[in-house]
Amino acid sequence: MLKKVARWIDNRLGTSAFTQDALNKVFPDHWSFMVGEIALYAFVVLIVTGIFLSFFFDASTSQSVYDGSYAPLVGVEVSDAYKSTLEISLDVRAGLVMRQTHHWAALVFVAAIVVHLCRIFFTGAFRSPRELNWIIGITLLILAIFNGFTGYSLPDDLLSGTGLRIAYSIALSVPLLGTWMGFLIFGGEFPADQIISRLLVTHIMIVPALIIGLLTAHLALLWRQKHTQFPEPGRTEHNVVGSKLWPTYAAKSLGLFFGVFAILVLMGGLFQINPIWLYGPFEPQQVSSPAQPDWYLGWVDGALRLFPAVELRAFGFEIPNPFYPGVLLPGVTFLALYAWPFLEQAFTHDREPHNLLDRPRDRPMRTALGATTLAFYTVMFIASSSDLIAKWFTVSVLDLVRVFQVLVILIPPAVGWATYRLMKALAGSGAPRLTEMPLSALTHPNGRGNGAFPHQERGRDAHAGGATAGDDGDGRSAARTGGDGALPAQRIDDRE
Amino acid sequence: MSHPSHPGRGPERREGPGIAVAFGVSALASLGLTVLYGFGGQPQIEGILLFIALGGLGAGLILWGKQLMPNAPFVEERKLNLGRPEARAEVVASLEEAGPDAGRRSFLAKMLGGALGALGVAALFPIRSLGTAPGRALFRTPWAGGGRVVTIDGEPVAAGDFEVGQVLTIVPEGNLEAGDSQVILIRLEPGEYEPPPGREDWSPEGFVAFSKVCTHAGCPVGLYQAGSQELFCPCHQSVFAVLQAAAPTAGPATRPLPQLPLRIDEDGFVAAQGDFVEPVGPGFWNRPSA
Ligand code: FES
Repeated sequence: MLKKVARWIDNRLGTSAFTQDALNKVFPDHWSFMVGEIALYAFVVLIVTGIFLSFFFDASTSQSVYDGSYAPLVGVEVSDAYKSTLEISLDVRAGLVMRQTHHWAALVFVAAIVVHLCRIFFTGAFRSPRELNWIIGITLLILAIFNGFTGYSLPDDLLSGTGLRIAYSIALSVPLLGTWMGFLIFGGEFPADQIISRLLVTHIMIVPALIIGLLTAHLALLWRQKHTQFPEPGRTEHNVVGSKLWPTYAAKSLGLFFGVFAILVLMGGLFQINPIWLYGPFEPQQVSSPAQPDWYLGWVDGALRLFPAVELRAFGFEIPNPFYPGVLLPGVTFLALYAWPFLEQAFTHDREPHNLLDRPRDRPMRTALGATTLAFYTVMFIASSSDLIAKWFTVSVLDLVRVFQVLVILIPPAVGWATYRLMKALAGSGAPRLTEMPLSALTHPNGRGNGAFPHQERGRDAHAGGATAGDDGDGRSAARTGGDGALPAQRIDDRE
Repeated sequence: MSHPSHPGRGPERREGPGIAVAFGVSALASLGLTVLYGFGGQPQIEGILLFIALGGLGAGLILWGKQLMPNAPFVEERKLNLGRPEARAEVVASLEEAGPDAGRRSFLAKMLGGALGALGVAALFPIRSLGTAPGRALFRTPWAGGGRVVTIDGEPVAAGDFEVGQVLTIVPEGNLEAGDSQVILIRLEPGEYEPPPGREDWSPEGFVAFSKVCTHAGCPVGLYQAGSQELFCPCHQSVFAVLQAAAPTAGPATRPLPQLPLRIDEDGFVAAQGDFVEPVGPGFWNRPSA
C-alpha cells in the first residue's frame, strides 16, 4: 500500500529525493528547543477550538433581552455578541470546554513565544545568518499579542469593554493622527457599533492569515538554515547532531503535540477563565473592579499605572499621558527587539555566521542586559495587579504604586548586575551547570579553572576533541572547535 | 548522514507495556467522552477525559519514540551554501535583462513606479470610509441640550428626595447609552463645596456633578469614598478630590474631571444648564487647555 502511494506520487511529482532528505533531517534533542514547538502546537489548538467557537459566535452589538439559562441575567438587555458567548459557555454542549481551552491556549501561545524568544536571545541563536528569522519571530509575537487582545474583546462583556475603552484612549493619544485613528478603527466615537464585527474579522481572518503565513516562513527558514546546537564534542559549525525526523523525532514531536493539547483541555475543563456571566454585559457607564488585562498586556497596563501624572503641552497642542506608556513604550520595546541582532553586531563587530550556540555565561554582558530587560517588564507586569496586591496585604494601593515606581527603576539594574557577576563566576568556575557551581566561585569570579570542573567535563562521554566554548565574555566570538573541525562557519560577506 | 564515531546506541532499551497501556487508556477515555456527551456533558469531566484521551496518545507516542525508535545521535552535515558570488551575479544579470537601454529603462521604471504609487494613494482613500470624522465630536456631549438628568434606567432625579452624601450615576434624558455623557451626581452639605471662580452657580442646593469618564484613559470613575470625598478610578488608580473640583490627587490622571453645570428645574428635578465647558475624558492632541 505504502509502496503504491509512494510510486503514484513520485511518478507525478518526483519528490522521492526531497522526501528522503526530509525524513533524514536531524533535529537537536535539547529540551529548550521544544518551547517553540509548544507555541506552534498551542496555535494549532487555537485554530481547532476557534473554528468550533466561530460557528456559534454572533458579532453583533444589537441589543435584545436575555432569556437563556443563566438566571441572574434573565431580563437584562444584552448585545448579541454577549448573548451568543453566554450560549456557547452555558448552553452549547462542550462549548465551555472549547471556549476555556481556547482562552488558555491563547495565554500559553504567547507565553511559549516569549520563552522561545528568551531561549533564542540568551543563546545567541539570533546571530547571523538567522537575523531574518528573528525579525519574523518578533512579528509573530506582536501578532499573537494583538490577536489575544482582539479575541479577549469579542464577548462584549464589561471587563473587555473597559479594555477596549483604554485601547481607544491610547489610540486617541497619538499626536496629530490620534483622533482620526480612534474614529477610523472604532467606526466613530467610542463606543461605536461596528467595533465587535471588525474585531471578529481581524481576529479570525486577517491576523490568523498573517500568522500562518509568517509561521510557514519561520519554519521554512529554519528548515533551510538548519538548527543551531549547543557546542559539545562532535558538534561543529558544519553539522547538526540529534534525532532524525523520521521516525524518532516525528513520534516525540507528535507526542508533544498531544501533550500540549491534553494540558490545554485539562485547563479548559477545570480552571475557570474569563467568566463573562459574572462580569455582566458592557455598559459605558459601568466598570468592573478589579480590572486586569490578560497577562501578555500586563506590562502595558502596569506602565499606565506607574507612569507619573505628566504630559507635554506646547503651542496649544498636547501629547497626553497615555501616549508615553501606551504607545511610546511598546513602540520602543518592539523596535529594540527588531534591531537587537544588528545592534549587537555593531557592538561586537561579530558578523560571522554562527551555528553553535552561546551558553548564557559565554556572553555575560548580553545575558545581563537580557535579565535587566526581563526584570523591567516583570516589575511592570506585577504592578498591573497593584490593586489586588494592595487588597491581599491590606495596604494602600497608592503607597504600593509609589513603591513600584521606585522598584521599576531600582530592580532592573540590580538584577542585571547580579546576573553579570553570576555569569562571570559561572564561567570562571567551569561548572557544567549553575546548580553545580561552588558558592566560592561567587567571591572569586575570576578564579577560573580552580580545579573543581575542568572544561572537558561538559562532554562527559566525550570522544574525540573536547575543547569547547571559550568564555571570553564580551569580546569577539570565541573560536569554537568541536571534535572534527576547527573551521569557523562559512563566511558571509555583506559588503560588496 | 553518518553515525558518529562511537556506535553507542545507549544501553539496550526495553519495551515496557507502557505504550500499549497509554493508547488503551486513551481509547477508553474517548469512549467515555462520547457517553458523557450523550448524557448532556459536564465541563470538568469533559476536560479530564479529553486530557486522558489526548495525554494517552502523547505519552504513548513519546514512549514509542524513546523506547523503540533509533535514538543514537545522528549527524547531518550542513550543506547549505551561503552567498555564492557567481550564482548571485547571474541572478542580478537575469534581473537586469528587462529592457534594452538603461536610460529608457529607468525612465519607464520611474513611470511604472509613479503609476503604482498613484494607485497606492488612491487605494488609501477607502480607509476614510471606516469611520465618521472626529470633527467636534470629542468637544461636545449629549448634555448640550441641557435637559434633565436621569438615572441609567431613565428615571428623573427629584432634588427633594436626594439626601446629602448620596451618590448616583446620571446620564442625559433621552440619551442613555452615549460613551461620553455619564456623570457622577453627588449631594454635599450646602457650603461644603467652594466652587472655583466662574462656577458659582453650577452647584445648586449642594448638588455637584462631574464627568465619570476618567481623564486618564477613559474608564468610568466608578468608586466613591464618602469619608474622604474622593472619586477613585479602578483602572489605574487615579484619585480625584471632589471638594477640590475633582482635581487629581494621585495616580496618572493629569486633569480634573470636568464639572457639569447643574440647575433645579421648575418641577424640582435636577437638570443640566448645558454642556461641559471643556472636552471630557482622555486627552488628544488638539484638546484646548482648560
Ligand atoms: S483610566 Fe482612570 S486611571 Fe487610567
